[in-house]
Amino acid sequence: MKFGIVIFPGSNCDWDAYWAVRSGLGAQAEFLWHKEETIPGDIDCLILPGGFSYGDYLRSGAIARFSPIMKAVVRFAQAGGLVLGICNGFQILCEAGLLPGAFLRNRGLRFICRPVFLRVERSDTPFTNAVPVGTVLRIPIAHGEGNYYVEPSVVRELEDRGQILFRYCDAAGQVTEAANPNGSVANIAGILNREGNVLGMMPHPERACEALLGSTDGLYLFRSLQQYRMSAVATSVVS
Amino acid sequence: MERFRVAVVVTIRRSIADVQGMTVEQALHAIGFPMIEDVRIGKYVEMLVTAASAEEARAYVEQACQQLLANPVIEDYRVMFAVPIATEAEQQG
Repeated sequence: MKFGIVIFPGSNCDWDAYWAVRSGLGAQAEFLWHKEETIPGDIDCLILPGGFSYGDYLRSGAIARFSPIMKAVVRFAQAGGLVLGICNGFQILCEAGLLPGAFLRNRGLRFICRPVFLRVERSDTPFTNAVPVGTVLRIPIAHGEGNYYVEPSVVRELEDRGQILFRYCDAAGQVTEAANPNGSVANIAGILNREGNVLGMMPHPERACEALLGSTDGLYLFRSLQQYRMSAVATSVVS
Repeated sequence: MERFRVAVVVTIRRSIADVQGMTVEQALHAIGFPMIEDVRIGKYVEMLVTAASAEEARAYVEQACQQLLANPVIEDYRVMFAVPIATEAEQQG
């Protein structure tokens, strides 16, 4: 399996993602500078990493969304390619229209950098097939503008279509207001597009791939991607 | 063609809590301004636009707002003015 990790000016979790998939997963990875206009044909999954692309000027992700590589990212996603946006990468995917919604400043107006608990809402996706529904993951967040917002009517649509993949919860898996670190609607921490091949999430799975870092729960996500890729290859061999 | 100084103000939509505005309002009340309410924090963007008329300059800026300067999911924008820069210089004396 090979990951393509997009680097925007101001990305700062690119090497973390690289390390996580290479060391944690044993997969291959390649960096893709944002001025590239094509995605190499051997890439199975794109990662838009965290950071502060373009200094978060104007709005988080608003300028990166117009980087040359983004047209290729949109084509890659529309062709069914796997795309994972983490933190600033999630913000960029929303600005690009690949995912619904937008981000406000955290409800408490503070930058929050600490581990949170996430409840896995589905396990029949490329991103979570290695982890049962209801599992509570402990993964860090690190953001000032992570307060996810969509209209209430859109929240219902997301729920009806099963697009909410991760919700902020407490250690016991209860989705409560107190467990919501930033004010996100419906405790949303990660959502899928309608087709299920694009995921945006505010928590950083790449920072939770080694026991030394306090958690290895992020590996569930990367292992799921690898498992999905292997089963897809097996299917194509059979057919 | 003329050049126009155009200004845009972008604010969080009315239906969404503006936490910064609420916090500043509380601070204003605390220091003796109970008469001030409905405080809203936004962004001010000023630019020079080359266009045939002020209306055309405004129209370009409206498009720029829709594509980049504001995010309609969470923000409203208002084009505050579009003034020919010759007039602007006269105003500054």
